[in-house]
Amino acid sequence: MRLVEPFLELMTGMMTTLKMLVTEKPVTVQYPEEKKAVKPRYRGRHYLTRYENGLEKCIGCALCAAACPADAIFVEASENTDEKRFSPGDRYASTYEINMLRCIYCGFCEDACPTEAIVLGDNYELSFTDRRQAVYTKEMLILPVPQGGAPTPQVTEPGKFTRSVPEMKDPVD
Amino acid sequence: MAKLINLTINGVAVTVPDGTLVVDAAKKAGIDIPVFCYHPKMEPVGMCRQCLVEIGRPAIDRATGQPALNDDGTPKLQFMPKLETACTNPVSEGMVVLTATEKAKAGQKELLELLLTSHPLDCPICDKGGECPLQNLTVEYGSSQSRFIFDEKQRADKHVHLGELINLDRERCIQCARCIRFQRDVAGDPVLGFYQRGRLTDIVTYSDPGFDSVFSGNTTDICPVGALTTADFRFGARSWELKQSASLCAQCPVGCNVTFNTRREAKSGGVMAIKRVMPRQNEQVNETWICDKGRFAGYHYTEAESRLGLDAASMESALSQAADKLAAAKSDAVFLAGGRLSNEDFYNLKQLAAKLGAKAYLYSPMAGGEYTTAYGLGAGSNLGDLGKDDTVLVVASDLYNEAPVWHLRLKAAAKRGATLIVAAGRATKLDEFASFVVRYAYGDEVETVKGLAGKEKIGDAIKNAANLVVFYGSDGLGLAGTSALAAACADLLNGKTGKVNNGLVGVWNAPNTQGAYELGLAPAADLKSELKGKTVYVIAADPAGDDPALADALKSAKAVIAQDILATATTQMAAVVLPAAAYTEREGTYTTAERRVQRFYLAVPAKAGTRADFAIFAELGKKLGVELEGRSALLVMNKIAAEEKAFAGISYARLAEVTAQWPIVGRGDLYYGGTGYENKLGLGVHLALALTPAPSTSGRGGQMRPKENELVAVPVSKIYDLGVTMAPAKLLGQRIGAAAVGLNPVTAAKLNVENGGKVQVQVNGVTAEAIARFDESISTGVVLIYRSFGIPISEPTSVKIVVAEKA
Repeated sequence: MRLVEPFLELMTGMMTTLKMLVTEKPVTVQYPEEKKAVKPRYRGRHYLTRYENGLEKCIGCALCAAACPADAIFVEASENTDEKRFSPGDRYASTYEINMLRCIYCGFCEDACPTEAIVLGDNYELSFTDRRQAVYTKEMLILPVPQGGAPTPQVTEPGKFTRSVPEMKDPVD
Repeated sequence: MAKLINLTINGVAVTVPDGTLVVDAAKKAGIDIPVFCYHPKMEPVGMCRQCLVEIGRPAIDRATGQPALNDDGTPKLQFMPKLETACTNPVSEGMVVLTATEKAKAGQKELLELLLTSHPLDCPICDKGGECPLQNLTVEYGSSQSRFIFDEKQRADKHVHLGELINLDRERCIQCARCIRFQRDVAGDPVLGFYQRGRLTDIVTYSDPGFDSVFSGNTTDICPVGALTTADFRFGARSWELKQSASLCAQCPVGCNVTFNTRREAKSGGVMAIKRVMPRQNEQVNETWICDKGRFAGYHYTEAESRLGLDAASMESALSQAADKLAAAKSDAVFLAGGRLSNEDFYNLKQLAAKLGAKAYLYSPMAGGEYTTAYGLGAGSNLGDLGKDDTVLVVASDLYNEAPVWHLRLKAAAKRGATLIVAAGRATKLDEFASFVVRYAYGDEVETVKGLAGKEKIGDAIKNAANLVVFYGSDGLGLAGTSALAAACADLLNGKTGKVNNGLVGVWNAPNTQGAYELGLAPAADLKSELKGKTVYVIAADPAGDDPALADALKSAKAVIAQDILATATTQMAAVVLPAAAYTEREGTYTTAERRVQRFYLAVPAKAGTRADFAIFAELGKKLGVELEGRSALLVMNKIAAEEKAFAGISYARLAEVTAQWPIVGRGDLYYGGTGYENKLGLGVHLALALTPAPSTSGRGGQMRPKENELVAVPVSKIYDLGVTMAPAKLLGQRIGAAAVGLNPVTAAKLNVENGGKVQVQVNGVTAEAIARFDESISTGVVLIYRSFGIPISEPTSVKIVVAEKA
């Protein structure tokens, strides 16, 4: 008796394992061959967005830099002209840098942005071999020009862009 | 002393002088009443209505004429049925002011809602954002929501250029008229005004070129919104990103206290760069104002492309070469230093020259410093204290062009009741505010001053003045003339020397000319002959660029060593060039013409391969066996204080002392005093009067007068010129303009010269082209030639004017 009982218990356990082996699919994700989708509000690497016509949404106000608790963002602004227009407002970011090593991906910059220019995306695959590589410049952050849009700087007709800050609708999300 | 009035504000008992406004009384008690249109330096107008408060005054029983009492014996208070403006109501005895009641708060809140009905949501990009009274007061007193409909906001021009220096955004303007009132009442340049009415009200400029005033930048400081912004700082940085560093303006001898706002930026190669110049309060020097020369030209020359710099090895070899040349020359060396050097630099230079047995001269177009050191303003003087019974005499100086902030302060003194006497060879802007205007023919300066005391009213004003301040300048005069004029002016001050608010002030052309004189330097009477065959060591001066004759003299010198921050004609012909650090890159002190020693601090790191002037002298001293202090400016000042009698007792710690100033300005009170900075790092210290016996004031005179059919050119100054420290200010290019000569129309008619026409000027062996400008106020036979415009002129001299052939 003393030998049979533990054996039965062992068998019960093994049965469970066998059952799982047959019925359940594996949970392990084969990263990097396979990638798991992130949640809709996941906060990954930032990007700077454009309007449909190709103009940059960023107006160089540096509120993201002011909101940043890690002091990871550096913005320097310059003035737009109709001959050389980057954004629909009075000014644009002539320098825009984020130090991804400093960034804590809190998303405050996104919250502070008055024109919804900076958005945190879903890219979490950041690796650097050098500290300097961690500083993402505007060219690395900005999205490509959408189809039908023109690259910046654009030549625009005088009187079309007169607002200092483009007028925004109430945010939807 | 005015009668004192007792009142209560929010339950706090306050005692203030009679005539004080409720808003000021509250501020003194530390209670904030929001204001937009009111500014403590200007008369109240009550235009914005933001300062609404409840004011109760003791009721008077009509039957008895006595204060009515409540049942419990306390005085009965009478409140107006509606809210009152705190800025237009002076205090009265027993007054009770309530600023934070529900009624008052509701009034303030609704006012802000009205002001914001059409205010654009530009804060993210507005240059005022972060230091904006409207922004701050909205957060504190306003509502987070508006009952007005966004789509019904009024639209107006957003990019209006009031001249090339100041931009106006009409949508942001709240029509407080601070700028208009500043220009009219404080600056005396009424070039702004309102146009249209109601919702269409616009700020417009009447002048051509637009906003033609040298004080225009101040309107951007006191503008309570982002309507007026400077073109210089446009989108330069956000206000919270800027660091502050206390400094001085080095463009004229007034010594305005300024704050440099600095930021590390990519445009400047990742180093700290100065982004803008802001006034720093010093009620005894510049109050809260600075002129446009200081604001827009101020530091730009320190960032010019022509800055000199050497790597460490070249610097070392340059120093060795310079030391070798000086060692070889010994007493045959001549030191020539410009007024841009600090007191510490002058002291070390003087010591080095003395040990070598060499002569050290000040390079200045104006003399008379031996009189300003002996007859200068007494310790504790303040132009802001001059008023009734006091007399100010301005001779041969166009202060509006030469020292604008003095123009503003003397105008204010005249308004307070001081007798202002302006004696000049031509009409100046100060004439308008003067009690007496004396017009003389150029050449008669000394005789005119000598004759003033004999005149009936003017003589009385000078003789009976409680306090007498005399400003003398170099309008139309060279070294000999200014020296004689200084003597004549000093003569008027005999018996008043050393007293507070009495003294002689020289309107120099450099920030520290007075300091050079205090330390015993003076210009050479005949510089050209002094340089011949000598080893000339030129520091912070460009004689070769100023005058071809001096360039020739330098060529005849044995060797030229040049030390400067910028490449100039002199550094180009020098055998050894020593690159110096600009004053923004080091510490030091300047002595203003009012004899106040003030301290400037490091704002940005020194440009690579440069060193402070005093350190270069110390380094040379080391090689020449002269022990000089070169470790820090502070230690040099300690030595100056120990050895120079006038500087006794001065130390860097004392220079950094601050006492409370009124009105309160500063970062916590932007809405009240503007965005100028409070003074946290020193108001400066007055020098003691020179203890050497005052030089004789008699027996000087004899000027060059135009003979029949002969023209005499006289040197005069214009605020914006092409001098070394001005030319790199690109923004001012249009205002600097081209070389011009001033002529009386009668003189011009004889020469067939038209107003605005091109002429050839032949003077001092040079032929140059210039534009003729008519000036009816000058005497015939005189030609005004502006200094630092490429036409060499240092002394009155004969000139030939020919109409230039039309191309």
